[in-house]
Amino acid sequence: MTDMASLMEDRAAAKVISDNLRKPVDWDSPKITRNIKKRYAAERRFKSYGLVAICLALLALCTLALSIGSKGYSAFYQTYVQLEVTFDPAVIDPERTGDPDVIGRANFDGLIKQALRDRFPDVTSRSDKRDLYGIVSGGASYDLRERVLENPSLIGQTRTIWLISGDDFDMLNKGYIDPTVDEGDRRLNDKEVAWYNELVAAGAVEKQFHTRFFTSGDSREPELAGIWGAAVGSFYTLLVTLALSFPIGVLAAVYLEEFAPKNRFTQIVEVNINNLAAVPSIVFGLLGLEVYLNVMHLPRSAPVVGGLTLALMTLPTIIIASRAAIKAVPPSIRQAALGLGASPVQTVTHHVLPLAMPGILTGTIIGMAQALGETAPLLMIGMVAFIVDIPGGALDPATVLPVQIYLWADSPERAFVEKTSAAIMVLLAFLVLMNGLAVYLRKKFERKW
Amino acid sequence: MAAVSQSAMTAEPSVEKPKMTARKLDLFYSDNQALYEVNLDIPEQQVTALIGPSGCGKSTFLRCLNRMNDTIDGVTIKGDVTLDGRDIYDKRIDVVQLRARIGMVFQKPNPFPKTIYDNVAYGPRIHGLVNSRDELDEIVMTSLERAGLLKEVKDRLQSPATGLSGGQQQRLCIARAVAVSPEVILMDEPCSALDPIATAKVEELIDELRSNYTIVIVTHSMQQAARVSQRTAFFHLGKLVEVGETDQIFTNPKDERTKGYITGRFG
Repeated sequence: MTDMASLMEDRAAAKVISDNLRKPVDWDSPKITRNIKKRYAAERRFKSYGLVAICLALLALCTLALSIGSKGYSAFYQTYVQLEVTFDPAVIDPERTGDPDVIGRANFDGLIKQALRDRFPDVTSRSDKRDLYGIVSGGASYDLRERVLENPSLIGQTRTIWLISGDDFDMLNKGYIDPTVDEGDRRLNDKEVAWYNELVAAGAVEKQFHTRFFTSGDSREPELAGIWGAAVGSFYTLLVTLALSFPIGVLAAVYLEEFAPKNRFTQIVEVNINNLAAVPSIVFGLLGLEVYLNVMHLPRSAPVVGGLTLALMTLPTIIIASRAAIKAVPPSIRQAALGLGASPVQTVTHHVLPLAMPGILTGTIIGMAQALGETAPLLMIGMVAFIVDIPGGALDPATVLPVQIYLWADSPERAFVEKTSAAIMVLLAFLVLMNGLAVYLRKKFERKW
Repeated sequence: MAAVSQSAMTAEPSVEKPKMTARKLDLFYSDNQALYEVNLDIPEQQVTALIGPSGCGKSTFLRCLNRMNDTIDGVTIKGDVTLDGRDIYDKRIDVVQLRARIGMVFQKPNPFPKTIYDNVAYGPRIHGLVNSRDELDEIVMTSLERAGLLKEVKDRLQSPATGLSGGQQQRLCIARAVAVSPEVILMDEPCSALDPIATAKVEELIDELRSNYTIVIVTHSMQQAARVSQRTAFFHLGKLVEVGETDQIFTNPKDERTKGYITGRFG
């Protein structure tokens, strides 16, 4: 009965207040007009702030894209020099065995040098000859060998062949070496420039699309260096990272969100996961070095170790994103499933996870993109080594795209400048591809409720 | 009628053939007690309405009946709740199976974001109630029919359930609950998110379902309780104040608080 009495009192009090509210409001008073003007101004101001922010971001993006693009696009082309090469049987296969082993061991480099001497017969001095041989890349002899092994009937013939040029020659052809500056200040001396001009006049210099850049591994010679080894290394590394961090991360998130009791222990776990996300990546690298290499003796420089290390780094990102996605699934869906007699695990696997999947995948791909661009921890576990071979598996020594960029940026040859930019472009293309995949998966799995 | 009013006068919470019973049920959310010594019997194949002002514990009580409160952290329950004479809080009781036997319909329609067919088929599928596709089809059709929805959706069983109107969604949720062949159906304010026409349809449906199922419904609408239920229990501040035949509660309440609530003087 007492609560009814208090209710009546409340109503009486409410009446007094509503009498105060009945005072008429003058909506045209100067104070209110001022207020409206101020509100409009504030809204305009706020919108312009947003516009300025977006413009700045776009400007930064354009600057980045332009500077990288303008520096790097030339790496997709390579200078080739046309020479008349005589496939001298005395050099290639003196005993006419036809044995690929013999042909394979032949001195094709000598053939190219002979061809260069034939092209410029008046070069005689030893040092001039050495300069002359620099016109053609040291890798050109491998191309010749391939050709002959493929087609042994070439032996004994003389053919006009486009050979890949040396990096300095390539730089000159691309305009990165200015022949007008003082001879001592450039990589090529006057004689070399003169040979170049002669070859250009004869139409024997040409830029071709540089497929080798996309198909070969690293090299000390810029014109032979390619990005494929690093790309494959990145692929294996990310594969290991994904295979570890996705299931572990999602399971941890599901457990923490759906099953774990909310007590001090889980609170500590949560705080630590959030802290882990902020730990500098180099620390993970040191951990990987100590645990995987020194204690577990896993192979050095291998994608499997890189993947394990990056998985540690990616885990917090995936857990946090997955938890947010799981939390966003409306509780009514869980209740509906539980109310029908679904077990907690069925509720999670049949309803919660499928609904949270877009968010989980987005988080995972963001984590993967982060891992793709990570350099520092990989330096610690030896993935910074100079590796020419394209890795055939997760246990082979390898390097990854960002480390390749770092290595090339560190190289003294002028030609590596454009390689660096080109490698950045390849890395960015991968990132765009991954983000595109994230958007696609998001759209595909997105369901409304 | 004489017998009915006789039993009402005694104000005994017990009925002759209870499907479910609650005895001395106390419930705590951490340190806050939400239910105080609730004794209530749910008669078989009748509709029992739980009414009372917001926060009075009626929904909490409803959720005790299929142990949905287990999913909330910090809930402690004392006392007994039985289904067919067996304590449902016994350790040997399988909660999953219990919830299959005691279905639930929620305040807001909550269909799964799947097709209409899959929504209804979900329960039978997870409980392994069917052996063949044909059997499942049959269960889905019967359930939709029973929920009065078949006519409206039979041409679009494979379209998403979320595309249905609110009233249709709620009837779909009822069909989904029915598909598991429950013995008891708990409804937590099933019409509060629906317009009057949809409400009327659901009420009609509740009345039809009574012949097959035992129904407990929480409602804020006195008219609804009067229309659909045979027994009404009035909760206030976590206590069961009064329970009896619906007619008696609405025409001749014995407790002053019940009278005050149903005549709209508070709440």
